[in-house]
Amino acid sequence: MFIHACLGEFFLSPNRCAFSKLSLVMTVSLFIPCFVDLMYPHVGISMVRIFERLGHKVVVPKTPACCGQPAFNTGYWDESRAIGVPMLEALKDSDAVVIASGSCGAMMSVFYPQLFAGTPHEAAAKSVAAKCHEFSSFLVNKLGVTDLGAKFPHKVTFHDGCHGLRELNNKRPPRELLANVKGLELVEMGAAETCCGFGGTFSAKFPAISTAMGDVKCASALETKADYIISCDSSCLMQIQGLADKQKKEIKTIHLAEVLAQ
Amino acid sequence: MSAPATHFNEDARRVAPDTRHRGIIQTAMGKYEVVRDQRKLWFQDWQGARNLAARTKFESVNHLDKHLAEFTRNIEARGTKVHWASNAEQARNIILGILSDKQAKVIVKSKAMTSEEIHLNDAMEHAGYEVVESDLGEYIVQLRKEPPYHLVFPAMHLTRGEIKDLFQEKLNDAPSDDPEALTMVARRALRKKYLQADVGITGANFAIAETGMISITENEGNARLTAAVPKTMITLVGIEKILPRLEDLALFLPMLAVMGTGQALTCYNTMYGGPRQLGEADGPEEYHVVLLDNHRTTLLADAEQRDALGCIRCGACLNVCPIFRNVGGHTYGTVYGGPIGSVITPHLRGLQQWKHLSYASSLCGACTETCPVKIDLHHHLLQNRRNASALPTGKPSFFQKLAFKFFAPIANKPALWSLTTKLSRIGMKLRGLVNGSVVDPVQAWTKTRDLPPIAKQSFREWWKEHGK
Repeated sequence: MFIHACLGEFFLSPNRCAFSKLSLVMTVSLFIPCFVDLMYPHVGISMVRIFERLGHKVVVPKTPACCGQPAFNTGYWDESRAIGVPMLEALKDSDAVVIASGSCGAMMSVFYPQLFAGTPHEAAAKSVAAKCHEFSSFLVNKLGVTDLGAKFPHKVTFHDGCHGLRELNNKRPPRELLANVKGLELVEMGAAETCCGFGGTFSAKFPAISTAMGDVKCASALETKADYIISCDSSCLMQIQGLADKQKKEIKTIHLAEVLAQ
Repeated sequence: MSAPATHFNEDARRVAPDTRHRGIIQTAMGKYEVVRDQRKLWFQDWQGARNLAARTKFESVNHLDKHLAEFTRNIEARGTKVHWASNAEQARNIILGILSDKQAKVIVKSKAMTSEEIHLNDAMEHAGYEVVESDLGEYIVQLRKEPPYHLVFPAMHLTRGEIKDLFQEKLNDAPSDDPEALTMVARRALRKKYLQADVGITGANFAIAETGMISITENEGNARLTAAVPKTMITLVGIEKILPRLEDLALFLPMLAVMGTGQALTCYNTMYGGPRQLGEADGPEEYHVVLLDNHRTTLLADAEQRDALGCIRCGACLNVCPIFRNVGGHTYGTVYGGPIGSVITPHLRGLQQWKHLSYASSLCGACTETCPVKIDLHHHLLQNRRNASALPTGKPSFFQKLAFKFFAPIANKPALWSLTTKLSRIGMKLRGLVNGSVVDPVQAWTKTRDLPPIAKQSFREWWKEHGK
């Protein structure tokens, strides 16, 4: 009975984690969120290159450009569902969905089931949520890959995006990946787990608070004397880099995928 | 915008960029974090302790009717008078009634957030009583005519220099800015008041149903003096402070101390079970307990958020909250500030007036992560936002509606998204001409931050070529 259950798990697992660990070819559905698409295309391109280098097939399903988080976080759940429904439809046949942001990843794998609870889409939301993965977590936890042969000869510090850290419990995977990057020295900052102050519409609704939070983050990062701040979330990096540039601070930010693709 | 929202926005704009304020709070919190984390390690299994605490609190909240009846029966059996107050006004009237019966003149108080909640000091002073706060931090903010800044550290926003100046001005007694010397100044002033006081008023950290006892946690011994010296004692306690069993304190007393102040246990933890009994040497002649609802049952009726009634007021969520740390305690304009305040204030005082607090969060979740009783704080903020948008007045404004109405079809249709990509490239170039100025449509962002340009080739445009 136990063996039967294990084999069942092995063959029927919806995200085929057992297969992937055997290095079989996977079809990775990549979801590139709206702002990454428009402002940080290289993050998505790096992910495509990494998965292709690992021998997997990458597809970009015809999804909505956005996951619906802005409306959801503002309290407009009907409007969020208007985007979420076609998203569920577009991803229903995917094996594994990789999301190029911890925040959007959390929206799809944690909040979709809540958003659609008690609606006809509840089952679809749960099914899609279960196969959605943030990029670094997918590499480490699903593909079992921690060394991509990347080189990045710099002193760096890592910013934990809040959604990745606390909704997805994604503390370890990015660090395991960074540990195998040649020439890279990771110096943790005191405020690694402190919010950068982005918070989506929060950053525009409460700019003074958001800016103060960003200042705290930048100050902590500067203390490490790192050349780069790395994160799994372009939105956090947009906040940090935007502040640093405006204040002419010597901070450079880069997404984890771009480091790993080097 | 509601008046509290306007107040919040104005104060936040003023305090958030204030680096002096930020420095004071960061220094205080830095010290707290170190000892809190050391003491947490004294628990064999901190996460297990949190789970147990959450379960215990949830169980007691879910059977509040039973536990409150048991508590009342047991504490009344020893001669205590229990009063039930549905709202703030009833609670004030009950207490003013007792003061009047006792022909009291001077009232000494130990720290009680419930008394702040019902604005008891104002009511008593208005009725002509002299009221003295005996907790050092509360005493300081009372002298400054300020509300407490923080649930646990009422005067944490002040430097010792400021406290010295305050004592000099108000008490004419401030030999130095040495904390010990300043404490002695307050002690000299307060000791006289304990002896003069006719009635002592306390709050409560826990109310034990099984034994009918009030448990008070403190560090200065002031609550013990407040309780023991005056002839009459009054405890004002929120109904959610009930714990079923005495042994529950074995978990909650250290937990409250660790998360509240980073101590293994606070210096004094005292149980009050009634007035002085026959043959006892000290204690009040009369003891009144006022059980306060004041919309706690409204929160109890909310199946999604009733876990918030498990709050032990340790203040740990405030301490880790980046919003609190940057805007400070007074900006909230509420008795209960920080994440827990943002969650419960809309239930206690109305969603329409207080919904803004639920939006003033980046939803980072540090509060939920630290909460010893595992209240799902940041997700409750999301629920408050959802509930606010369903209010008759919460409907999206014209522009918001327009934005949401158009955004969904644009995001949903690749052709429209592609067109938007091209248009925003032009738009952003034009916007660049007025970058950060008042006519910049995204000035809320660009006043303090640069905005990256729209890429020459978006990911989707690149994929069209690459993915073929």
